[in-house]
Amino acid sequence: MTVPLLSIDGLTKAYPGVVANDHVSLEIQEGEVHALLGENGAGKSTLVKMIYGLVKPDSGQMRLRGRPFAPPEPRAARADGIAMVFQHFSLFDALNVAENIALGMEDPPPMRDLASRIRAVSETYGLPLDPFRTVGDLSAGERQRVEIIRCLLQDPKLLIMDEPTSVLTPQEVRILFETLRKLRDEGTSILYISHKLEEIRALCDHATILRLGKNVGECVPSETTAAEMAEMMVGSALQAPERGRRAFGEIALDVTGLSVASPSAFGTPLRNVHLAVRKGEVLGIGGVAGNGQDELLAVLSGELPAEPDAIRLNGVAVGHLGPTERRRLGLLAAPEERLGHAAAPDMSLTENALLTGSVRENLERNGFIRWDAARAFAQRIIEAFDVRTPGPDNAARSLSGGNLQKFVIGREVLQNPEVLVVNQPTWGVDASAAAAIRQAILDLAAGGAAVVCISQDLDELMEISDTFAALNEGRLSAPRPVEGLTVEEIGLLMGGAHGMEVAHV
Amino acid sequence: MDLSAINPVLLLASLMVAATPILLAAIGELVVERAGVLNLGVEGMMIVGAITGFAISVETGSPWLGFLAAAAGGAVLALLFALLTQVALANQVASGLALTLFGLGLSSLMGQSYVGIKPPHFAEIDIPLFSDIPVLGPILFAQDPILYLGLALVAGTWAVLKYTRAGLILRAVGENHDAAHALGYKVVRIRVLAILFGGACAGLGGAYISLVRVPQWTEGMTAGAGWIALALVVFASWKPWRVLIGAWLFGGITVLQLNLQAAGVAIPVEYLAMSPYLVTILVLVILSADKSSAPASLGRTFHAST
Repeated sequence: MTVPLLSIDGLTKAYPGVVANDHVSLEIQEGEVHALLGENGAGKSTLVKMIYGLVKPDSGQMRLRGRPFAPPEPRAARADGIAMVFQHFSLFDALNVAENIALGMEDPPPMRDLASRIRAVSETYGLPLDPFRTVGDLSAGERQRVEIIRCLLQDPKLLIMDEPTSVLTPQEVRILFETLRKLRDEGTSILYISHKLEEIRALCDHATILRLGKNVGECVPSETTAAEMAEMMVGSALQAPERGRRAFGEIALDVTGLSVASPSAFGTPLRNVHLAVRKGEVLGIGGVAGNGQDELLAVLSGELPAEPDAIRLNGVAVGHLGPTERRRLGLLAAPEERLGHAAAPDMSLTENALLTGSVRENLERNGFIRWDAARAFAQRIIEAFDVRTPGPDNAARSLSGGNLQKFVIGREVLQNPEVLVVNQPTWGVDASAAAAIRQAILDLAAGGAAVVCISQDLDELMEISDTFAALNEGRLSAPRPVEGLTVEEIGLLMGGAHGMEVAHV
Repeated sequence: MDLSAINPVLLLASLMVAATPILLAAIGELVVERAGVLNLGVEGMMIVGAITGFAISVETGSPWLGFLAAAAGGAVLALLFALLTQVALANQVASGLALTLFGLGLSSLMGQSYVGIKPPHFAEIDIPLFSDIPVLGPILFAQDPILYLGLALVAGTWAVLKYTRAGLILRAVGENHDAAHALGYKVVRIRVLAILFGGACAGLGGAYISLVRVPQWTEGMTAGAGWIALALVVFASWKPWRVLIGAWLFGGITVLQLNLQAAGVAIPVEYLAMSPYLVTILVLVILSADKSSAPASLGRTFHAST
């Protein structure tokens, strides 16, 4: 039997309070696409950080082509032919593409040579990129190309990709897969981290599954069903949310000709957005991150003011009103960022419940806080949404991502909104919490509320929405019924392949 | 009032001298802020540099040793800031303010026996032939070496930041310290070095006041120059050449208003005295209206999440 490229044996890493990796072992063969599969918090990121030299294991060992391998820092790992494309891009917004790439190389050639090499590699692999553009102006897909090209310029033996497709349109995903297959055929091994089962079945030769920091299984993805892999990953069979047939009422939220500038320098302005959501309807808004999602949520919630007539709630112009007035009228919102936007991290759950609930739940009287009522409201959210916490006096920061997300969504749902706007309701949440949140959104709509769900998870949108629209560069496509919509059509609505083409090596 | 008493050549020559202390301090702080650290202790490091340089050159009789000691003194104080903010992860704003207060107190303690003494004279360099050119000669070619060092530092900082790998890494650390760490750069080490450089520059700037510009020692003699240097960096949009423009503007108006006072212009002295601050900030605000913005990690505490 041949010596594997990388073999990992009994790797363990513990942080205070949690064992991130508990005797994890796996083997990656030469020229293999190896999947590392697991839910958020299963320890995938910790494992690859150890391979890349960012984190030192507590015990266990790694061997690279049979020789002991323990990189003290990323530089050493890179010297041994290991390259990594990060999940949250490790790019510098204010620098240009060539500078960003130079920073990731051991000894980069002079800028002019580097620029021509970037052009050459980007053409070979069908990833067009201008070396002198500022990274802050690039789309998410283009940013990923920067990372990939940075890796390719170093002729890696092992390319680690951490959740690479979460920011791509379906077309971009297909082209990325073509590029990865080309690389594999040239002899590069790829460690592919994901929790998207269909992708893994399409791309990977072998899969290792992690749950709560432990190896729970291995499989050959093409010979295993997605349901089997999901069961290994989650540990139990999952229940898909149920949605009954509903009749839609009259239009609750009506947005016409909405254009606003983005408040941040690298944001996307909204351009002439039209949408209408009826009572009982879930409108799913897809799109690649950074195409105006944050701005749309801000303008619907009232954080960004707009023309009064651009947004109408049950026929009343509310575009000029702030969040509190809109809440009073029944338009509620839950933003994407849990810690810092949807919740104040260091305040207790009671205080966080009060922050958005005071108007509709009467938690204030004459300017004084009714602490008993606020506490009862927080307790009600905790019970109704199965938030795992010792009690409402705990700080929001102490909750896990999934639990805090359940609290944040539950806080809005329990206020009986007429219109609820959510952005990325299940981002970074484990599968069972995600299912609970989706069910809550569906139940809310069944009760007659209109829901706008902005998300980058297409499977989620297909599961819960009645109509679908996509944001692309701040423009919203015309909403279409979800039934009968194909992935191909959705991809085109999201902006297609952004000028990418299939690799031609 | 007699405006003809103002000699434009002397005015421009002394403009350069008046600008040098804040130029030195500001270029040092620019490097620190480009690395993502906000050190509000510039005033404290300047005044400690001023007394260290003064004391050492009085004791040894050598202004050169004095300037060397001033740079070292500023750097030592900066090291304290580096330990607080980079190792102990203390808040940068609070630490910087504390550093200024500490420096002011420490300097008056150190300077008690040096009040009223004259330091050894620091000779100008007369560049032969060039210094004889009318008008330009006395302005450009008959100044002291530290003034030239200040100009060289501006050019050097600009070139290093723009063209070298070291400069690129420094900017990267200031732009996104988490990404720089993920790529394997030593964020803390790079920042400590930048902070030490900033301290040394501030120390030099302070010593320039006590050894050349005034030259003598009085308590609190930097008189807010450190704060002007800090403002200069921000309004210059973290660009070295704009720092130079700002420093010359400030120095020029300072010298001009002194001349106007001496000439007896019928404007109340208080207005003349505030004019350098107002005009410098106004001009730099207009200059900084373009899109260039602060280093994205400026003032944020870096803690490697291993």
